[in-house]
Amino acid sequence: MKLNLKIWRQQNAKASGRFESYQVDANEHMSFLEMLDVLNEGLVSTQKEPVAFEHDCREGICGTCSLVITGQPHGPQSGTTTCQLHMRHFHEGETIVIEPYRAKAFPVLKDLVVDRSAFDRIIQAGGYVSVDTGAAPDGNDILIGKEVAAKSFDAAACIGCGACVAACPNASAMLFVSAKVSHLALLPQGKPESARRAMNMVHQMDEEGFGMCSNVTACEAECPKGISVENIARLNREFIGASFTTSK
Amino acid sequence: MELNGKVPPGDLAEKWTKYKSSMPLVSPDNKRRLDVIVVGSGLAGASAAASLGELGYNVKCFTFHDSPRRAHSIAAQGGINAAKNYKNDGDSVYRLFYDTIKGGDYRAREGNVHRLAEVSVDIIDQCVAQGVPFAREYGGTLDNRSFGGTQVQRTFYARGQTGQQLLIGAYQALSRQISLGKVTMYNRHEMLDVVLIDGKARGIITRNLVTGKIERHAAHAVVLGTGGYGNVFYLSTNAMMCNVTAAWRAVRRGALMANPCYTQIHPTCIPQYGDYQSKLTLMSESLRNDGRVWVPKQKADAEAIRQGKKRGADIPEADRDYYLERRYPAYGNLVPRDVASRAAKMVCDEGLGIVPTGLGVYLDFAAAIERYGKSKAHSSNMENPSAQQIWDLGKAIVEEKYGNLFEMYEKITGEDPYRNPMKIYPAVHYTMGGLWVDYNLETNIPGLFAAGECNFSDHGANRLGASALMQGLADGYFVLPYTIGTFLSKEIRTPKFNTDLPEFAEAEKAVRDRLHGFMTTNGKQSAESFHRRLGKIMWEYCGMARNAEGLAKARRLIQELKAEFYADLYVPGSTDEFNPELEKAARVADFLEMGELMCIDALKRSESCGGHFREEFQTEEGEAMRDDEHFMFVAAWGWQDTSQEPELHKEPLIYENIKVAARSYK
Amino acid sequence: MNNWFLGFFTSSIGRKLLMALSGLFLILFLAIHLAGNLQLLQNDGGVAFNKYSAFMGHNPFIQLVSKGNFAFIILHAVVGLMLWVKNKTARGAQGYAVVKTRATQTNPTFAKFMWLYGIIMLVFIIIHLVQFWAVMKFGEVGTAVQLVDIEGEQVRDLYSLVGAAFTNLGFVVFYVMSMVVIAFHLWHGFQSAFQTLGWNHPKYTPIIQVLGKAYSVLVPLGFAVIPIVFYLLHS
Repeated sequence: MKLNLKIWRQQNAKASGRFESYQVDANEHMSFLEMLDVLNEGLVSTQKEPVAFEHDCREGICGTCSLVITGQPHGPQSGTTTCQLHMRHFHEGETIVIEPYRAKAFPVLKDLVVDRSAFDRIIQAGGYVSVDTGAAPDGNDILIGKEVAAKSFDAAACIGCGACVAACPNASAMLFVSAKVSHLALLPQGKPESARRAMNMVHQMDEEGFGMCSNVTACEAECPKGISVENIARLNREFIGASFTTSK
Repeated sequence: MELNGKVPPGDLAEKWTKYKSSMPLVSPDNKRRLDVIVVGSGLAGASAAASLGELGYNVKCFTFHDSPRRAHSIAAQGGINAAKNYKNDGDSVYRLFYDTIKGGDYRAREGNVHRLAEVSVDIIDQCVAQGVPFAREYGGTLDNRSFGGTQVQRTFYARGQTGQQLLIGAYQALSRQISLGKVTMYNRHEMLDVVLIDGKARGIITRNLVTGKIERHAAHAVVLGTGGYGNVFYLSTNAMMCNVTAAWRAVRRGALMANPCYTQIHPTCIPQYGDYQSKLTLMSESLRNDGRVWVPKQKADAEAIRQGKKRGADIPEADRDYYLERRYPAYGNLVPRDVASRAAKMVCDEGLGIVPTGLGVYLDFAAAIERYGKSKAHSSNMENPSAQQIWDLGKAIVEEKYGNLFEMYEKITGEDPYRNPMKIYPAVHYTMGGLWVDYNLETNIPGLFAAGECNFSDHGANRLGASALMQGLADGYFVLPYTIGTFLSKEIRTPKFNTDLPEFAEAEKAVRDRLHGFMTTNGKQSAESFHRRLGKIMWEYCGMARNAEGLAKARRLIQELKAEFYADLYVPGSTDEFNPELEKAARVADFLEMGELMCIDALKRSESCGGHFREEFQTEEGEAMRDDEHFMFVAAWGWQDTSQEPELHKEPLIYENIKVAARSYK
Repeated sequence: MNNWFLGFFTSSIGRKLLMALSGLFLILFLAIHLAGNLQLLQNDGGVAFNKYSAFMGHNPFIQLVSKGNFAFIILHAVVGLMLWVKNKTARGAQGYAVVKTRATQTNPTFAKFMWLYGIIMLVFIIIHLVQFWAVMKFGEVGTAVQLVDIEGEQVRDLYSLVGAAFTNLGFVVFYVMSMVVIAFHLWHGFQSAFQTLGWNHPKYTPIIQVLGKAYSVLVPLGFAVIPIVFYLLHS
């Protein structure tokens, strides 16, 4: 299948970018990234600079791949990362617009590559349980009901890809932050510091320059792991509760 | 060189405890003065960096990813083993130890493996405390499932994303130390050389992958947790960026590479479907708990399926060969990976493969769906349920257990695995070989440590399922933080190193020259194209089955390919910018040398054991035939100067507690 | 008032909480306002409506609530505008060339244009206040507003004032359009307020969503029906 691509090219963080058009001959069994591989092989073979894009595991779990594909983070297939998107969902002659994630907190580094280290800093602000190696009681001393464990897991399934920020009209990171806060707040191990965690993570999130949540729920719709906005409500509860009940 | 594994003396079960209690310590005050570099932020790297930070060392941690959370440990699906015996099925530390040694075909060090089994229980506790949401029973206790090569249920899991959850646990612990200022994190930094001062590892040279800046970093000790080298094969279940460069650069500085030929071929991966394909996708081994592996008995049926004239479901029960159940009645579909992979290759070689390339077998859940459905119908007091009702109930249970894997399969293949049996074929998955380390996880270069898949230590010639996560975390949380003290306790008076020292300048220059060389070759072919060709050679001659003639040929082909690489490589862009093609070129250059060493090692090892199957050495039934008399040793290769032949050092393997026997899963 | 308090209300969630609480208050106010407006439909020449108007104008509790109401409108508008500016800048200088949104739980189009509906509503409210409230409060008796006798008391004749406006077709159209905008604003705002408060539960959220949708249709519809009926009956 022949495809027309309009791809954002930008030399580096400081340069201004522009769209460039390419043609590529793909086949329907390819993944989207394999299609880009083919494009890049062609560019390199004619001594042109290939399109920089991020990817790693190519099985939908590492969260490295990103891209906004014709207006949708990770493309048109719901619950699917770009690396798991296959070309059979596109049609002959289609024009595909490929852009990087757009958010002030995710500056473009080159072409389609953005800097998502803001997420790391948010986790560093409190997205953990403060337990040193060796200080743990027996795993079965902490009983956790099957449903609670499952609910916590649902939130913990976040891959930190940033599609929620990319999809949100406000470039808000609330789904990401709420997934981590929920994952840990739901578990007894995470409870002792849940108030501190919620407050510190939200403050860091605000500092990074993400927008605020308008409950649009586009994040949930675009999340490749189906993280629910129920988590955002939980984060709101945690944060409001923490702000008014803690002594600090 | 005399290789001393430094396994402490004494009773096997007491070794680690006694050693831990008598090991030299570094006082808290002195720890603050000591710097440690950790390269890699996967399970081993992140857990080591976090634990060393907790202890008080100044840690610098490096990853070439944009975040430590991206390391490929994240893709591990099935689970993590631990000898908890929560299932009351007779598990014990000794049994886990025994299973691992036997699974590794008697090619691993007893002392290391027993320690691994001992600390396995602590890992689960630690991960639970960190908030890893393991699967639970209704009563709130931890749930287990079985994995290949064992007859107990000792695998802890978090749906099909255990690796992700464990890595996020380690990443969180690491993030905590970063926020406390004990670990400085360097994202998007790739290690390109290790710096030795007076024979000890004292630093590394890195390239900032965004700006291209070459940087020098000094420390009192260096830990490599940089994973395995499965991507030598180009197509593997490894992530695209997994590479051997950090370990290989250490080899080029004098470290030894142990057992490079031990490669794990995982039996359940989605078969290859095209030449443009960039990677292979694993379907968790846990699927073999419920899936039955089969091919048609008749070649004609297989042929019809390959041509699309028949479907798997059309083949009547009597015409199917459930070859694992037939050949290995005791373990059935849950035989170890190497055995299952070879069996699949064997039936496909006979012309019974069921995908167009001929390289694929079925993994069928129809029986499991029916079994679960009937049981559920029974427990819900349904009288005379219809076949459709049973199927629906059974499907729901299979979906609950493996839903995300089935979904992934459908996304990739476009086929519904509930209706049609999955098609699978073995693929390169893990490398048991790695940097040679002693009991302290220290390489033969003092101060250079290796943890996780990067070292060779615990899995012998074949790794059992759910043991990679266990080893990575054991090394990082519970072994290295202690054993690194044996080296650092002697360094408490060593001041911090200045990166202006000539050794740093020399190493930096070597890195610059090397990168400059890639940029100025100005040939025609991309690094990727060389990598793909290397992969084909490796898979053809050093893959699931090897022979002397093929290996010799492979070595010659690789040398030719390497010469062509250095004459005709083309790298666009420049060194001082974000340049993935340059990164790739440097990695492929190292893969070329590593691939050659793998062939050399495979040729040298004239026996079949675990993941290393030499066609010349097999029983009449096609089982691997070891040669304990001549090959019961670790082959540790030194290859500083690749214009010379590599040098083999042997570490004999001594079994004091286990009776070495032919491995049988029948 | 110390740091934590300011800190909370300048945080993203704190500001959203202000929006939610003030919004919920205004939602409640709308219902009360509608109850009063429905008096216009009584065919009694405006007696009931003027009685209601006089009560609203003099009852001290209502006066207090009305002051709060103004405060909340201003707060809701000011914080809303601040959020809007912050959210605009969060996307960065370069926006998307193409935006396509998957179907979401709530209609994202309504959510995305809250600021626009809000501005239109603000304009409506200002016109509304100048036209009715200011005249009632400060208008000169005899020119701007007449007095009327209700049960022996001289009160300002709001009914005639409203009647004049509602028989003007242009105004009726403007009014009805404004109600449509309010409906859009409520459609998202009602259930969004509960989400911001952290009230999201698989059992109760569907109920809130249904209630919210019903409210955001019925209340503006109630408001809109009055001028239409009035226009049809009296012009």
